[in-house]
This record gives sequence, structure tokens and C-alpha cells, in this order.
Amino acid sequence: MEQISPRIGLFVTCLVDLMRPSVGFAALRLLERAGAEVVVPPEQTCCGQPAYNSGDVEDARAIAKTVIEAFEGFDVVVAPSGSCTGMIVEHYAKLFENDPTWKARADNLSGRTQELTQFLAQHLDLNEISAQFDGSVTYHDSCAGLRELGIKDQPRKLLATVDGLVLKEMDDIESCCGFGGLFSIKYPDVSGAIVDKKASNVEAAETDLLSGGDLGCLMNVAGKLKRRGSNVRVYHIAEILAGMTDVPALGEDEA
Amino acid sequence: MSARKAIFARLKRTLDEVHNPTVRISGADQRIREANANIIPARGQTEGPARAAMFVSEAEAADAEVMRLAALADVPRFVHDILIQAGASQIKAAPHPQLQDLDWTGVGIHYGRGENSDHIGLSVALAGVAETGTLVLASGPQSPTTLNFLPDVHVVVLEEENIAANYEAVWATLRAQKTEGPVMPRTVNWITGPSRTADIEQTLLLGAHGPRKLIILLIDGKNP
Amino acid sequence: MTHEPHCHDFQKGAADALNNDQLQELLNRTLKNGFQKKRLNGMARLPEYDQLRDQARDLKNHILDHLDAYLERFELEVQKAGGHMHWAEDGDQARAIIGDICKKVGAKTVTKGKSMIAEEIDLNDYLAEQGIEPIETDLGEYIIQLRNELPSHIIAPAFHLSKNQVAETFREHHQHLDADRSLEEPTTLLNEARKELRDRFLKADVGITGANFLVAETGTAMIVTNEGNGDLTQCLPPVHIALTSIDKVVPTLEDATLLLRLLARTATGQEQSVYNTFFTGPKREGDLDGPDEFHIVLLDNGRTELLGSEFRDILRCIRCGACINHCPVYGVTSGHAYGWVYPGPMGSVLTPFFVGIEEAHLLPSASTFCGRCQDVCPVRIPLPDLLRNWRNRAFAVGKPGGAQRLALKVWAMLAQRPGLYHVTARFKIWAMKSLAGKRGHFKWFIGAGGWTKARDLPAPQGGTFQSRYQKGER
Repeated sequence: MEQISPRIGLFVTCLVDLMRPSVGFAALRLLERAGAEVVVPPEQTCCGQPAYNSGDVEDARAIAKTVIEAFEGFDVVVAPSGSCTGMIVEHYAKLFENDPTWKARADNLSGRTQELTQFLAQHLDLNEISAQFDGSVTYHDSCAGLRELGIKDQPRKLLATVDGLVLKEMDDIESCCGFGGLFSIKYPDVSGAIVDKKASNVEAAETDLLSGGDLGCLMNVAGKLKRRGSNVRVYHIAEILAGMTDVPALGEDEA
Repeated sequence: MSARKAIFARLKRTLDEVHNPTVRISGADQRIREANANIIPARGQTEGPARAAMFVSEAEAADAEVMRLAALADVPRFVHDILIQAGASQIKAAPHPQLQDLDWTGVGIHYGRGENSDHIGLSVALAGVAETGTLVLASGPQSPTTLNFLPDVHVVVLEEENIAANYEAVWATLRAQKTEGPVMPRTVNWITGPSRTADIEQTLLLGAHGPRKLIILLIDGKNP
Repeated sequence: MTHEPHCHDFQKGAADALNNDQLQELLNRTLKNGFQKKRLNGMARLPEYDQLRDQARDLKNHILDHLDAYLERFELEVQKAGGHMHWAEDGDQARAIIGDICKKVGAKTVTKGKSMIAEEIDLNDYLAEQGIEPIETDLGEYIIQLRNELPSHIIAPAFHLSKNQVAETFREHHQHLDADRSLEEPTTLLNEARKELRDRFLKADVGITGANFLVAETGTAMIVTNEGNGDLTQCLPPVHIALTSIDKVVPTLEDATLLLRLLARTATGQEQSVYNTFFTGPKREGDLDGPDEFHIVLLDNGRTELLGSEFRDILRCIRCGACINHCPVYGVTSGHAYGWVYPGPMGSVLTPFFVGIEEAHLLPSASTFCGRCQDVCPVRIPLPDLLRNWRNRAFAVGKPGGAQRLALKVWAMLAQRPGLYHVTARFKIWAMKSLAGKRGHFKWFIGAGGWTKARDLPAPQGGTFQSRYQKGER
């Protein structure tokens, strides 16, 4: 564990901003517990993946510039998403291959950016996680986090500190949930069939909860679980670690 | 412009951006001349009895049958038993001196290339490769390729001292054997187990178009 | 069979596959518990696997940098060994060359070893038009030839068929056999095909195979099979033609060996394929068998153009099929939905190149970018990056268009203007939350019909993070 008190810029991500602010607040709490000063720059919107993945390089570049500028000056930038972090870390520099000035800025941001569980596993005193959850959880490794950033052990290490929580791995754990951003809308049948397999693997693990580090994937699987009439509840890992499972789970009605 | 000329012109246009033609030719020549081995896995670096043992276990894992014989002279006796077991009266053998010199009394043996009517074929392997239990057969007047594929049962004689640890060692043997003409005979077959297919529902079935059964007669090394 | 591309029908092809319960059952059974598991087992038996992959990637890059030098050397060695070299810029030229060779010897029937290049140039149709009967000898290829279908997988062409479908096909086409025979067991089907094809092997006038690798050092071409069909094809007929492409050349026998240590293990988890057959020139003096004539037909078909493009890395591909076996999209659509010869991730990179991005623009976007293809590739081809390059090209020519493009553009405009973005977001979420009330999810939502077609849409919690944070919530 490295002791630092950095100034952190929290990249909330567009999905958390729109659909599930509790993930953002959970991330805030956890980062502050790690002894950091956390700032949420209001100039942030989205990492630009919808444009980038649609082949709209020009807009992706413009959006990337917005993000790079918004997070100038922070020691560390943290995002509660492997996918958005991967975009910044792995892809921003590629957008500026013919623009040395911006490429340097993109590289600089890439070097400072971490996904939430990556950062926490490295910098948070695990005793600081005082969360409790009495029940079983299965964890979905979203693809960008797993394969672009190599995140696999970190979330498990963090979940292991939660009192009462039992982790049960599901079958076919490295397979994609079928979200893929706009793919889920452009190819609903194909995406639906892929997430159906994931949902049935989740159900077969017979846990109370499904968790993961990417809201997009979780919305996808939660939506499918609801459609299948399943009782498995879905929370982002930040919510579990911050002890915020008192809010309704993804897709769950309010009391 | 001929197709060849056009293809090479396009290649040149693209490749010149990285290396000039002289560098390309010398780079290619050097790699071919040196013919260096790439990474040889540890399992391809066995010695002595461990090498033969690995050959046997790998060949068996690939569904080949391996019979260990004390000497080449035992081959006719084993072939006789194989014929009886298969209910066959004769074997088609490669016209290989090592086979022709043996005493075949009481065994129906014919020499020649493989024919559709041949139920059982007999060949001599140039080498074995321990790392995967692979046989290497090189075509020539003493080793017709058709015998490797047409018979239902393929019996192959392999001398223990001809088991190489890895494929690279066999290439070296082939290069060393050849003093003039092309290094490679018309056909070199690596054979690892009997013919198979998984084309129907990915179910593994032995005996697709080649032999249904591969029997290796492994002749013990002279120096125990 | 003509290979008119129908890649623009991807959605329909996918829907057909999804509605085919039998196909879905087959895919579930044979991918995860078949190919994927076998590869894992194979890898576990070779600790140096990842090192070999790095070396294979570097080798292929070296070859591509020196491609003309290796091809010239290969040609020289083929000729020294008494073989004939033919160069073809495209499918038309390759077909004509092969047609001429066949006509010269008055060929009536041609046996074929499995060759994706032959599929790429639609060789069978051409031969049939010339009055030459092409006979596929790989069991999978034979089955789909009888059914007049395209392969659904590059190493398992009849991957999409059940044994009952194979039995029906055999009953229909092997009419000289007893109509009441039992074809319950896969073994029975195999034996029937073996018997039917054996005669064809023996009587063929010309044998055509592909080649997995070409060895520049010795002028050798080689094929990898498990059945022994390509091997019979290359040694029985008096004329042997190897039809292959310029990206298959490797410097030495040792280099071919490196790639062969990876190919079977990655494809099927085998330690080695049953037959690796290396052929060099025609039969030699004193040989008792082998072809009198040997031809290599070397096809470019745009590969020289690929070499100079942002798709160059795909030329490293050794056609193992691992990217296909691990693709979540292929895992539910199977191969025919892709609408042309090469399916899955490698196909979605190659196909737009051969049939045009206008026709094939749906393929590169039919990927979740999960990255598993790149992860399992034995020569480490960055397949997602290559797919992305196609998406960029597609966008540049107006794909996607219409409402999709408009929505993307409006969103992108907002995303570059944080102030306006947050106001709009707040309003949109307020509206969504008002509609949801206390409900946690929507069964349908305006503008999200694609999403809700497949799953429910979780409702927003209410208020954007930014608006709540600005109000001081923590």
C-alpha cells in the first residue's frame, strides 16, 4: 500500500451521471477514505466512446480534448468504469497520432488515470473498508477492464474485506455480456442472445447479488435478469464497498 | 504487364518504405542461410530413455499403438500377429532394404506402392519426434507415400535411435543426408496418430480418409 | 454455388440463426466445451506457449517486411525442384490458370483438399462451368458441397449442421445406396463418406490443395489435415496444383515449425494435427507414386494492397480459427450470417476488403470489442483495432447513416459543450424519472426500442450526479 494524499479528479462517466449517481457518491466516499482530496470537475461529460466506436474519429477527438482539459492538473484521475478508463488509457493517444502537442497531453492523462478498483486496491488501507453485506455475490469482469487493463484480482481483493460477503464465481467467467455500447442497440437480437447466456450463468451461480465495475455491463445484465424474472440483485462494486446497498438495486422498484 | 511483374511492383512500392531492396534480399538470405531454430519448448529437449518414453506416451495419447521390439529381426513375427488379429493374409510393404532383408517366411508380404486393395501397409520411418509422438516419413523409391494413406492399418517401423527430441533435429538430418539436388524429397509426412475427423458435430471419429489404425513397431536402441 | 456476398443481410442472417434452436444448441455444445476447452488444455501442456506467440508475431512481421525477397526465393526453389510457378493477381486469373492446367491434361474430375483460397475465388463453380467436376474431399467440405452451402467456419466447414442433417444430405445424394440403411451413428456417416470418396480419389485427373505454409528455403508447400484427404489429393492424381496466397510464405523449415507448434494447439488443442504433409516439386526419379506435374498458383487478390494499408496485421493470420471460436457474436450467429467466405473477427476484417465496405459495413460493427479475439490469437493480431479501422472507413462513407448518424452527431455536439450537456442531461433524466415513478425499470422506452427489445431498461435513480453534487450532496 502506498501512502499518498493526492488530488484526485473523479471522472464520473456519463452513465453514472445519468442513470446511477449513487455509484459516483460511493466512489467519492471510497476515494476520500483513501486520504485523497477528491474533485469532480463540472467540465466533464463522456469519454467519447460512442463516437470513437462508431468510427466518428473527428468527434471522438474533440470529446477527448474536452476530457483532457477537464482533468489537467490532477495528480490522479479515477473512473468507476474499466471501459471509460480503458478509453483514456489505451485509446486517447491513438487519436492524436498526427498531433504531437495533444498526443503528449493524452499520454500524460493516460499515465495518471486509473480505474476505481485498481486505485483502491493499490492505495486504500483495506481496514478502511468497513462495509458489511450478508450474502453471496458473483462478479462480472467487464471486458475492457479485464483485457485492456488487466483488472481481475483487484475487485476480488476488495470484496474479500466486506464482512459477511461470500464470493461465488460463475461459469464462463471471461465471456462478454454482450453490451458493447451502441452494439446493444444496433444489434439487439445478437446482444440479447449473448446477455441471455450471461444472465443464465449469473443465475446458475445462485447468489444474492451480481456485481461488477462497469455500469453499462451491469445495466445490460440487470435488464436481462429482470426480463427473465430473476431475483438476483445488481450493484456496482463501489456501492457494495461503500456500504450503500440500502438504495434500490439496478432496475429495482423503489419501496 | 504480367501478373508476376505487377505483384512485385506493388510489393516493392510498399516495402521500399521500410527497407531498400538490397537490405530485404540480404536479410532474407541471411535468415534462410542460418536456418536458426526458434524457441524449442522444454518438452522438445529430452535425452536418452526419457526421449523414447515421451515419444511413446505422446504417440499413444494421439491414439497410435506402440509395440516395443528388441530387434529389427522381430518385425516379421509382430507383423504376422497383426495380420492374424486383423484377419488379413497379406501385407503391402515399402520396398525398403531394411524390410527386404528380413526373414518373412510364413508371412504374405508384397512390396510396392499403396493400392486401394491394400488392407495393411508397412513402412519404415525416417525419424520419430518425441515432443509430440510424431512419425516422419520421407518419400522415395523405398518409401511410397500412398502406403501412408491408403491402407486401413498402417504399420510403421521406427528405430529408437532415430527418435529425435524435436522437429528441428529431423530437418537437420534431412539437410545433412542430401548432398545434391533438393533437400526435400517429394513428400515428407509428419504423422501423429491415425486419421480422424470432428466434422460431424465436433465428435471425434477415427479413420476418416487415411488409416483407421496406426501401429508403431519401435525397435529398441542398441545401447541400453 | 456462387459466393455472391450478402453481408448487408447480417441482421437477418443473425436472426435466422437465433431462431434456429438446433443451431444454438450445437453452438453452445461445441464452442465453449469443445474448441475453447481444448485450446485451454493444449495451452496448459506447453508452458512456452506465450513466448512462441511473441516469436510467431515477430516472425510474421519480419516476413511481411521482406515479402518480395522470400517470394522470389520460393519461386526459384520451386522451379529448381521441377515445379511450375503461376502468379495470379485476382480470382479471375487464378481460375483461368487452373482451368488451363486441367484442360491441358483433359481433366474430367478434380479432387480437392480443403482450401479457403478456393472458396475465396469461387473455384468450384468455375470448374463446373468448364465441364470439370470438382470433388471436395474434406468431410465437412464434402457435406457442404452436397448441400450447396458456404462453410460456416474456416476449420470446421459444416460446423452448423447436426448429424441428422448430414444423414438427410447423404440420403438425398447417395441414392445408389440402400434407402433404408441406418444412418444414426456418426461413424456410419463417416464410413459412407469414406467409401464414396475413396473411388473419387483414385480416379481423379487432377488434385488441388491449398497450402498452410510455403517454405522459401526449399520451395516446399505444406498442408495440415486430420483426415488425410489433402494428403491423398496431393499424391494420387498425376497432376497436383497447390492454390495458395502470397502471405503464406515463411523463410525456413524451422520457421514453419514454429508456426506449426502453435497452429493445431490453438485451433483444436491437439499436440499436432495428424498429418503435416510437406511437398516439393513433382515425383522424383525412382519414386513409386506422387504426381508427374506440380504447380503452385500464387494468388494476390489484393493482399499487396493490404500490406500497405492499416490492415497489414491481418496478413499475419495463420487461419487457426481461434478468434472465431471465442467470439461472443459468432457464438450466437454462427458463420453464415456474415454473408461471405470468412466469418468471425478475422472474417470481419477480411470480408470488407474483398467485397467492399458498402456491402460489408455491418460486419466490423458487429463486435462488442470484448477483445477476446486478440487475446487468443496465436500471432497476436490486434483484431479490435483492425475492426475499428473499418468502422472509421465506414463512417467516412456515410455508414451508419440516417437517424443513427444524426443522433450520434447531436450527442457528440453536446458532449463537447459541458454546460449545455448538463442542462440537457438534467432535463432528460427528470423526464425519464417522472415517467418511471417508483418503478425501477421500463419494459419499453421511446428511442430505446433496440435496448428494450432484448432486455428491460433500468430506470434512472433521479437527478444527475452532477446536479446533485453541485447542490452539495455527498
